[in-house]
Amino acid sequence: METEKQDTGKGEGFFQNLKPVRIPFEEGVLETLRAGDLVSLSGTLFTGRDQTHRRLVALLNEGKELPVDLKGQLLYYVGPSPAREGQVIGAAGPTTSYRMDAYTPRLLELGLKATLGKGSRSMPVRQAMKKHGAVYFATVGGAGALLSKSITKSELVAFADAGPEALFRFEVENFPAVVINDLQGRDYYEMVTAKRGGEEK
Amino acid sequence: MKTVKSGEITAAVKNLAMSASCDLEPDILDKLLAARDREESPLAKNALEILVANANIASREQIPVCQDTGIGVVFVSLGQEVTVEGNLEEAIQEGIRAGYDEGYLRKSVCDPVTRKNTGTNVPAVVHYEIVAGSSLRIGFLPKGCGSENMSGLVMLPPSAGMEGVEEYVFRKVRDAGSNPCPPVVVGVGLGGTFEKAALLAKKSLMRPLGKANPDKTVAEFEQKLLQRLNREGQGVMGWGGVNTALAVHVETYPTHIASLPVAVNIQCHAHRHKEIVL
Repeated sequence: METEKQDTGKGEGFFQNLKPVRIPFEEGVLETLRAGDLVSLSGTLFTGRDQTHRRLVALLNEGKELPVDLKGQLLYYVGPSPAREGQVIGAAGPTTSYRMDAYTPRLLELGLKATLGKGSRSMPVRQAMKKHGAVYFATVGGAGALLSKSITKSELVAFADAGPEALFRFEVENFPAVVINDLQGRDYYEMVTAKRGGEEK
Repeated sequence: MKTVKSGEITAAVKNLAMSASCDLEPDILDKLLAARDREESPLAKNALEILVANANIASREQIPVCQDTGIGVVFVSLGQEVTVEGNLEEAIQEGIRAGYDEGYLRKSVCDPVTRKNTGTNVPAVVHYEIVAGSSLRIGFLPKGCGSENMSGLVMLPPSAGMEGVEEYVFRKVRDAGSNPCPPVVVGVGLGGTFEKAALLAKKSLMRPLGKANPDKTVAEFEQKLLQRLNREGQGVMGWGGVNTALAVHVETYPTHIASLPVAVNIQCHAHRHKEIVL
């Protein structure tokens, strides 16, 4: 991350003092996370957005097996741009999470432990997260070039015909994120809203 | 009379598509730097640092600024003294197709019913305007839909007045929350008819960022809205601070005595826009 630090001039904060978190999650780690914590994710995750979610839930409805075991995993809402020669991946920032809300509770029932995207989640998703002990992270939207530097490997797993909406397995190193919803049921966006002045309520 | 060959148009559109996604224009970069400098929330300031670093990496390594390289929106102003040799619409679509293919840009266009990806990012949405003169002006706005989805249109009663307009726009941006990747650019179309208002809102995004409407009253309204949005406290990515919006652009058109159409087109901070004159 040295180059990025030079580019930013200051760069303090986001790439420093982050709480390192391994994925899949080690026992007891999720319990330590609080809404508003800055974390740095390293390990393996799966990706999926609209089409992948639609198809995963369709498979479940048909009683079929999923192409991946989501138990204990993190699902990153992203549709990357194509990689150039020599690149692991193109731009790969988060897409807006609410579009996945209709499908998320079903996946949480299977043991999915975290999701990563941007923007707030619906109340049913927040309740399902609390019930199943899962957290929600957000990262910086519109920073897909920079975030691609934290992805060290990308592998197509399923739904190739969905193009950018396919299901990939990523290996990530020091991928920056903010805890939005923690196991205690707090929501970081709501905490920010509560802090702002009363004039615009 | 002046003649423009379709091949020139295809080449120009292809270049616009490729460069718009990786090289942000100076107007948006300046606004991001200014936002960073005035930001008070530490987390939001960091996010702005990341956006500036991201723009540098994108330009240096020709990686798209954002993986959502959009559905292409093209504004064509065709001088009435210009003759196009060949098919203008096909030339534009071919430029988009080639640019997205050769530029390693994401293909995000699909059938609305089957949701099947066209695989080429065409068709783009093309708006034509016949104007006086002998030049062909092509504007390109690759529109990301995290922000597009937060847009809206309302047909207000004239009694709502400018207060009603302000309230609608304010609520639209506030209720969008962190979904559209704030700090946002807010395009407002005011007046005309249902479809005219929407088109004005989109077109206002092509204006150099933060340039005021030439009408003084409208310009004051833009500033009033901008300041109110930035006092509201949502901030960059919904993480607090004083930068919810980078600019508010309002375009107006005369409307019917019974009507007050208001369209709000929300654009993310990765505000990619380019223009070329042939």
